[in-house]
Amino acid sequence: MRRIGVDVGGTNTDAVLVEDDGVLESVKTPTTDDVTTGVAESLRRLVERLGGEVPDLDAVMIGTTHFTNAVVQRRDLAPVAAVRVALPSGRSLPPFVDWPDDLRNLVAGRVYMIRGGHEYDGRPLDTFDAEAVRAAARELCETDIRSVAISAAFSPLVPECEEQAADILREEIPDVRLTLSHELGRIGLLERENAALLNAALIPLADLTTRAFTEAVEQSGIDAPLYLTQNDGTVLRAEQAKAYPVYSFSSGPTNSMRGAAFLSGLDDAMVVDVGGTTTDIGHLKSGFPREANRTVEVGGVRTLFRMPDLLSLGLGGGSIVDVDGRTVGPRSVGHRLTQEGMVFGGSALTATDLAVAAGFAEIGDAGRVTSLTSDVVAWFDRTRCAVVEEGVDRMKATADPLPLLAVGGGAFLVPDHLPGISEVLHVPHGEVANAVGAAIAQVSGEVDQVFSGMSREAAITEAEVIARRRAADGGADPDTVGVVEIEDLPLAYLPGDARRVRVRVVGDAASDRDTASNLKH
Amino acid sequence: MPKPESIPPLRPLLAEELEPLATGAWILGAGGGGDPYHAFLNLKRLYEQGTVITLMQPEALADDALVAPVSTMGAPLVGEERLKDPEVAALAVTQMEEYLGRSFDAVMSLEIGGSNAFQPLMVAAVTGLPVLDADTMGRAYPEAQHSSFAIGDLKPYPLTLADIRENAVVVARVASWKWMERISRKVCTEVGSVAATCKAPRSGREVKEWGVLHTVTQAIELGRAVLDARTAKLDPVQAVVDHAGGRRLFTGKVTDVNRRATEGFLRGTARVAGLDDDRDSELLVDFQNEFTVAWIDDEVAATVPDIICVLDSTTGEAIGTEALRYGQRVSIIALPAPEVQTTPKGLQHVGPRAFGYDLDFRSLFTDGS
Repeated sequence: MRRIGVDVGGTNTDAVLVEDDGVLESVKTPTTDDVTTGVAESLRRLVERLGGEVPDLDAVMIGTTHFTNAVVQRRDLAPVAAVRVALPSGRSLPPFVDWPDDLRNLVAGRVYMIRGGHEYDGRPLDTFDAEAVRAAARELCETDIRSVAISAAFSPLVPECEEQAADILREEIPDVRLTLSHELGRIGLLERENAALLNAALIPLADLTTRAFTEAVEQSGIDAPLYLTQNDGTVLRAEQAKAYPVYSFSSGPTNSMRGAAFLSGLDDAMVVDVGGTTTDIGHLKSGFPREANRTVEVGGVRTLFRMPDLLSLGLGGGSIVDVDGRTVGPRSVGHRLTQEGMVFGGSALTATDLAVAAGFAEIGDAGRVTSLTSDVVAWFDRTRCAVVEEGVDRMKATADPLPLLAVGGGAFLVPDHLPGISEVLHVPHGEVANAVGAAIAQVSGEVDQVFSGMSREAAITEAEVIARRRAADGGADPDTVGVVEIEDLPLAYLPGDARRVRVRVVGDAASDRDTASNLKH
Repeated sequence: MPKPESIPPLRPLLAEELEPLATGAWILGAGGGGDPYHAFLNLKRLYEQGTVITLMQPEALADDALVAPVSTMGAPLVGEERLKDPEVAALAVTQMEEYLGRSFDAVMSLEIGGSNAFQPLMVAAVTGLPVLDADTMGRAYPEAQHSSFAIGDLKPYPLTLADIRENAVVVARVASWKWMERISRKVCTEVGSVAATCKAPRSGREVKEWGVLHTVTQAIELGRAVLDARTAKLDPVQAVVDHAGGRRLFTGKVTDVNRRATEGFLRGTARVAGLDDDRDSELLVDFQNEFTVAWIDDEVAATVPDIICVLDSTTGEAIGTEALRYGQRVSIIALPAPEVQTTPKGLQHVGPRAFGYDLDFRSLFTDGS
């Protein structure tokens, strides 16, 4: 296995070459506005470090925060039409309900509520109103809206109504771009529909970005299948991933945790990733970040994404320190640290400057921070210890002592000893852990649906078959796929031994490039 | 819980009281009753469109007034796909009026715990009826025979049940509260395991004698205590305990959740390993949709009808029995049961033995606290 992993962050674009169990080379370059240039530059420099020879590769895996940022910053979003097939239920809570006004104004194009959908046991809720969908499609054809999100009651269980609506829309609007909510996951109509709406709004941007990544890879002379990393630490082939930009929302922190696991060889640990502005803390279990089970808000919209359970604190290498007010962060000089930080000759007092003064970091010119009093330095030392200790304690899901992996460019801010932590480890290449995490990502398949009229064992077996098929469709080598999570929940009040079963499997990305290109459509 | 003093007999329920009501009601759900989010969202929209609901004190009810006790019955999971609709909630009530040939004077909740706290508000938004500041459980329970009207041996029928497809069913007569539960549950399953109901209509006198009074106000104030504590960066769990005169039983992390479905209920046990002052101890809590009995190191720590709640230790937010999972940091608290449930007759309906435990109820709150 030989792969390149790339992490496109807000500040830096990192690239690494990983072979089997080690990192061969890594580079850090500034992120550019057009994305392509930054990625191309990082790949160019990586190849240069390797002696100019383009290596024979199994895959290039890219992780990016581009799509989350678009939603959070309300930019590059397309107007979307919502088609919900659930009437006569749900009339009083239409699509886009509970969205922040500014985002709704930007994204909400048209809303169509249609008769149909299903019950929990697969019976139709009402007769599917195909004519109403056709009328909506003809109306949409006259507008410039081309992104459509389709949702239907209990579609994770019976996707039929969403698929029928999609067929009609495609017939009537040849250049329509569709997102079907059942492909995005779980039970919970509003949250699943929100995910579909956000996804539909991001599809044009995802197209452009994926094309930019593809071009950057081609420009660098690399010939290998391109994958994009997902929220759960796995990857999808770029061709498939570009249809699901919402799956990449939280891939950055996930990658850094997975990267930390790989670099240290530990599967069960706390991970603290200190960047320029924030510190992300998570719990690594069996090599994957523990997932958040509750609703996750993105840009103020409730969703049910597979996201790591993370605590983000306003402490980073660039955090601005106010000595008089005795505060550290959350404001940060960010990527301007190397110009504005005092040890770099600037005038902003940052966490990095105090770390240098305290002697636990050796960066820049220590002579520039000698004026800081020992009182101030001691206060800062106590503060960063308290912040990290409390965060780690909140996220640690077991009372047993665990090792802690300190990664990211500001990892020196993590104290050497913490309660409940057996040892604090700094690993080589820890500063590019996120790119390493991208390089080692696996392919997953997940199912979360209600099964009834069968035994618990039969339900779990059936769920596993579906999950394995989804993993293979996503580019996994079927021989390497294994189950990582099984959860089943009997459903109160429902007859027929109904249970909601969630199964997740992961496997290595298929390395056979012929297979990979055959699978591209 | 402390009785609210000097509340006007009729007053408008304010838009800013809706979120505290959702937060407080979810805590009083004792792990069940369903997340009030969708019902809350409906009300929020209705208020944005100009709806104002009148909250009525039970003391202001005439003895011969007619009151509609309402609820959504069904599986909370189905409610995640088939979203709550005020029109359907109201249909059960208008159907009952048609059956009786008489109009209601007020509407009230079957259970203040969970999303049913909002059911009478949804009905009121459509019909204009006042919402009574009372319910029949003071919390959430799984079945009809757990209501205070059942404890009072009031007549269990008639009942109307309305479906989104404008199907409506009248259960005209039943032999007992348990038969009412069996028959209505069957109909509910047939229409997709969720339906709006109007329970047996009550006179003003019956409500004043057997209802659990002032619980809407209590839920709002409980929720406000939590939200205020969060804003002030104070401990929200302590705020719940202090406000409701409850007791903190245990603080820890969930280490195991074992669920099984029997007789149509979500039953199971959660295991919580102690932290802080409870280090080296373990709490077990059983649930049958709602939390029923808690043990600390094999000693019974609390039982129904005392209200056992599992709260997120950081936010004070209630955690439902379906959402409990490994690794959550939780605080387990107990709040005092309504008086009607701690009488010998009350305990026959909702005491530990009613849920299959060979245990006597020993209140945590009778010794002067």
